[in-house]
Amino acid sequence: MTAFAIGRFASISYRAWAVLGVIVLLALAAMLFNVPYLGGFVDWVINRVPPTFSLIVQYATPIAFAALCGVMCERSGVVNIGIEGLMLTSAFVAFLAGAYLGPVVGTPWAALLGVGFAVLASMLLSLLHAWLSITIKADQVISGAVIIILAAGGTAFFNQLLVSTSGLSGTLILPHLSIPRELTTIPFVGPLLLALLNQGPIAMSLIVCVVGLQILLFRSRWGLRTRAVGEHPKAADTVGIDVYWVRYRNVVLGGAFAGLGGAFLTTELSNSFQDGMTGGVGFIGLAAVIFGRWTPIGAFGAALLFGAVQSAQLTLRIPSSAPPGELGELVAALPPEFFGILPYLVTIVVLAGVVGRAIPPAADGIPYDKESRS
Amino acid sequence: MTTERGAAGGMSVDPTTLLGGSGGLGRQALVTSIAVLAGLLVGAALIILSGALQPGGTLDFGLPLVAYRALLDGALLCEEGFQEAGILCEEGGILDLRALGNTLNASTPLIMTGLAVAFGFRAGLFNIGAQGQFLLGAFASTLIGANLVGVPFPTAAAIAILAGALGGALWGFIPGALKAWRGAHEVVTTIMLNFVAALGLRYLANGPFRDPGATFSRTPDIQPGAVLPTPIDGSPMHWGIVVAVGVAVAVWFLLFKTTLGFEIRTVGANPFAARYAGIRPRLITILTMTLAGSMAGVGGAAEGLGITKNYPAEYGTSYGFDGIAVALLGRAHPFGVVGAALLFGVLRAGAGSMQRQTDIPIDIITIVQGMILLFVAAEVVIRRLLPAARARRATATAAA
Amino acid sequence: MTDQRTEGAPATGEVVRAPALEMRGITKHFPGVRANDGIDLEVRPGEIHALLGENGAGKSTLMNILYGLLAPDSGEILLDGETVGISGPSDAIARGIGMVHQHFMLVPVFTVAENIVLGNETMANPVFLDAHKADDRIRELARQLGFEIDPSAVVGDLSVGIQQRIEILKALYRGAKVLILDEPTAVLTPQETVEIFEVLKRLAAEGTSIVFISHKLYEVLEIADRITVIRRGKVVGQADPKTATEEDLAEMMVGREVSLVVDKGVATPGEVVLRAENLSVADDRGSVVVDSIAFEVRAGEILGIAGVAGNGQAELVEALTGLRRVASGRVLLGDEDITNHSPRSLTERDVAYIPGDRQRFGLVLPYPVEDNLVLTDYHKPPYSQRGVINERAISRRAAELIPEFDIRTPSGAVPTSTLSGGNQQKLIVAREFSRPLRLLIADQPTRGIDVGSIEFIHKQIVAKRDAGTAVLLVSAELDEVLELSDRIAVIYRGRIVATVDGATAEKERIGLIMATGEATGQRVEGAA
Repeated sequence: MTAFAIGRFASISYRAWAVLGVIVLLALAAMLFNVPYLGGFVDWVINRVPPTFSLIVQYATPIAFAALCGVMCERSGVVNIGIEGLMLTSAFVAFLAGAYLGPVVGTPWAALLGVGFAVLASMLLSLLHAWLSITIKADQVISGAVIIILAAGGTAFFNQLLVSTSGLSGTLILPHLSIPRELTTIPFVGPLLLALLNQGPIAMSLIVCVVGLQILLFRSRWGLRTRAVGEHPKAADTVGIDVYWVRYRNVVLGGAFAGLGGAFLTTELSNSFQDGMTGGVGFIGLAAVIFGRWTPIGAFGAALLFGAVQSAQLTLRIPSSAPPGELGELVAALPPEFFGILPYLVTIVVLAGVVGRAIPPAADGIPYDKESRS
Repeated sequence: MTTERGAAGGMSVDPTTLLGGSGGLGRQALVTSIAVLAGLLVGAALIILSGALQPGGTLDFGLPLVAYRALLDGALLCEEGFQEAGILCEEGGILDLRALGNTLNASTPLIMTGLAVAFGFRAGLFNIGAQGQFLLGAFASTLIGANLVGVPFPTAAAIAILAGALGGALWGFIPGALKAWRGAHEVVTTIMLNFVAALGLRYLANGPFRDPGATFSRTPDIQPGAVLPTPIDGSPMHWGIVVAVGVAVAVWFLLFKTTLGFEIRTVGANPFAARYAGIRPRLITILTMTLAGSMAGVGGAAEGLGITKNYPAEYGTSYGFDGIAVALLGRAHPFGVVGAALLFGVLRAGAGSMQRQTDIPIDIITIVQGMILLFVAAEVVIRRLLPAARARRATATAAA
Repeated sequence: MTDQRTEGAPATGEVVRAPALEMRGITKHFPGVRANDGIDLEVRPGEIHALLGENGAGKSTLMNILYGLLAPDSGEILLDGETVGISGPSDAIARGIGMVHQHFMLVPVFTVAENIVLGNETMANPVFLDAHKADDRIRELARQLGFEIDPSAVVGDLSVGIQQRIEILKALYRGAKVLILDEPTAVLTPQETVEIFEVLKRLAAEGTSIVFISHKLYEVLEIADRITVIRRGKVVGQADPKTATEEDLAEMMVGREVSLVVDKGVATPGEVVLRAENLSVADDRGSVVVDSIAFEVRAGEILGIAGVAGNGQAELVEALTGLRRVASGRVLLGDEDITNHSPRSLTERDVAYIPGDRQRFGLVLPYPVEDNLVLTDYHKPPYSQRGVINERAISRRAAELIPEFDIRTPSGAVPTSTLSGGNQQKLIVAREFSRPLRLLIADQPTRGIDVGSIEFIHKQIVAKRDAGTAVLLVSAELDEVLELSDRIAVIYRGRIVATVDGATAEKERIGLIMATGEATGQRVEGAA
């Protein structure tokens, strides 16, 4: 047994598992009350659900990137409610850079450069958040609100100024990896592979980011110091760790994840930009951080869950992928808003401690004052 | 000073730093003015930039003056050579009552949502939920107002406003109760509840409560008795502003002159000492959030009964979010909130005129608001600059 | 031992008599205070050097300067005879200075190993930690100091005594040659104190220089090789523990002759005012920390509760004052059952409470002094009438109380945070003592304040007793309990294990009961 906390791998997402369990139980109950449809239900699970995996991953990707940004910030003790603003900004920058550079360097390169500029823009905006909340010691929630307002105003302003009037159009959508047809025809596994692998570079990089961050957070020097600074900054300070530097670094690097999430929206999911197109993804990411107990893998699990719920409002309502029998009728009768609300409701329930308590890092959101004498 | 907050830990509001603990009233006003000025300067830079970016545009350093003048024209002043409905803009008149009415109408919901956020601050609570509370207030008041058939004016409007207050109060009570009883942090729960409100009400206005005769999804129009009238001929100003200013005065009295206000402020400053003093912080938390919610709810009611007259399913408003900026700019003081709301009302009401006259996108107003908030948040920096500036001036005078 | 220390360990064998550490003319100002004023300090290799001074004398400031947490306004620091500038904790660590802070600098959710290696990690490669190597090294270091430790235990689950050893290990892991301990015994049981002293002596014998900060005279006399006394930021002298007495040191520390005894007459106890019956209370984590306690306090007497901090006193007091729920049992005020009454209800029954943590519970620091003076009365006339606050009545009240209780403040309108600790405590005393008092519950009433304020508050408490108030005094300072109490109850692991007469109580005997839970050699039931 080593002294370092690797055991967390196992325990992180038990709440996500609990929720999944409830869903499975509900499905089973639906089957039992619907014996004649049992065959149809099994058929639905095996044949009609897997094709929706791809959509789930697409919904989950920006949420997960937002959540990784949240984990990076909050593990070091900085609350960042401005992720929504970071993503909106980077989505716009990726679009704009792609649109301008497309004719110059050719489309795939323009899209990639767009991603790069988006990440850079998000990191710059994160630097502002870091400066306000670490150096200036402004209230971190206010600083986050500033980011959101500036991002909303700034993107709408330049969108109108540069895009709407000139009819500028986006660059090519980043190409998706194509996988052999033989693999995709395997029942259940095939669509799963397709969902995970038939994605663009940003979505594909997500899983690397999640696993890498998880390992680094709990086994590397950077991770140890990050967690120490988020839990007890004074203790970290007294052993010579520069608390401000650790926080700056984490907030700015976290911004890179938000940047990838934003760029995903305008270079991989679509090639256009609309005002306010993030539509709350940054906030759902914040919810995923809490739901995933401030761990990358847990947050990723939560993002998948929220992505599944959000995509359900599309997939469960179209006949080809709707569940059979009364369950199908029930789902079809539910308003789309129901699925939209679910992630938020689930988060409130989790925060209320109904399904185990969510305990944030002890110094989360509290500015560190080096000179404080207490 | 160590500020320990509730058991939930996590993100915290420290009213002492938030409310600009140090410095007198005059100094605070000075710092705030500098923040506003700096925000407008950044706006000016963007105006110059946008002039240059427009097709065939050039760098025009006079453009900000033109644009801000157009903004003031649209919000307050008699426009020269642009007097379409200038009945109230008589010869030599300065203030345009029609424009002024629009400005006050835009300020009304901002005052109420600003108060909702500021009131929470005083009890150490960060009420990000004014947006949802505002929507609940708008929905409840218009729904009740639509059903008050045959009820005459003051009664119907009063009942509808009360319904709005109750709707907002419910949306404030939930996070308050979750915080008090379960330790759920209000910043996160209110953010989540904003989305629940927006989506849930969209469903209700689109489904069960949709007006079947309307061309787009919305609830039925309110009855004439529930409409907030416009008392001045030719001015669109409705009674909402009077209600809002009245509530602001009442909130000021409640916070600073009553025993309950003392208790709320004590909980905000030190919840542990509050318990020791015989105050029940959980009760105060719930009460504060409920009252705050009702304020935002009244804001929604004023907007619903005075302007929209119904609840549109796709209600694209940001009055609730703007309330955060208003509360902070107003230093969480009720009168400061009124001032800040009037300023933001001017920006909002005049932005259309500015866009018409100079082709500058209306969203520049949001950027200016964000920059003002940024400078307020970074006021430490401004404070640090102040004595330096004075010292420089002193040396300059000495040298002269 | 020495070869196990890392880089920069002193050369073995030859005896170097140059001071390991020298601080010359250290001066440091804070707004309004001169915390350090030309302080000189010299520590020889292998010496345990005590730095003695009152609360607020400037000891911690001096050590924070040495550790690089604060920058001095002037003065110089010499290590092994060489002038050095210490830019920050990492610099101090690199120069072989280690510090054990009064409030432990440990991350509760981290393991022992994570806490010890933090900032000085043992790496497997440039990115990842080498956990096994670190664990082995920690076990080895602990063994050299004469104890065992589990590197994978989570620190938050360990006792305070163990946590302190982790702090010492943390310093040694970094190769500390000079070890600073800031009030290391404040949170320890007498038993743990004895054990930590053994560890320190062992360290010193092997060449580590130790700066031992304390205001406890007998401890300093026991452990130190040399004593430097500071007062109000200045060195007032040095003392040799072999010849100095407690009285000498007290006079040096305070600057005048101190009567260590409070003047008080014989108590004349009246009827029973407070009675606890079979009282049990749980802590925040739900474990029972006050276990079926019973006691009574009579009018006109002071019952002192003695015990090492953390034996249930805090929870007991909170339960008696309505701040924490009683798990089982009853609390009676006279004949009335007041179990689980609210703080407000108790205030209305003339119960007063001086909280142990004054800044957390007793005061609203940003509030003006006058508002804090009515913090428990603000809702009653004349301060509140029909729900409206009467500011004038509050100011009038403040104008009376400020001179009466000698609260040193420019006016009643200044924020309470600007007052010194002693004056803040006098403010609380003024508020609580200025109304009719039937029962007074005083928790650590003089913790961390200057001697003048201590004397004042002690006199006030005795005066209240003489006026017929029942007083329950809870203090981790055994001396204070002994000075004031008419009867003394000793609390150990949530139980009262002995009650003795205050006048005839012997310090050594009570200290022994506090440490072991055993009275007069015979094991007290349930104390295990």
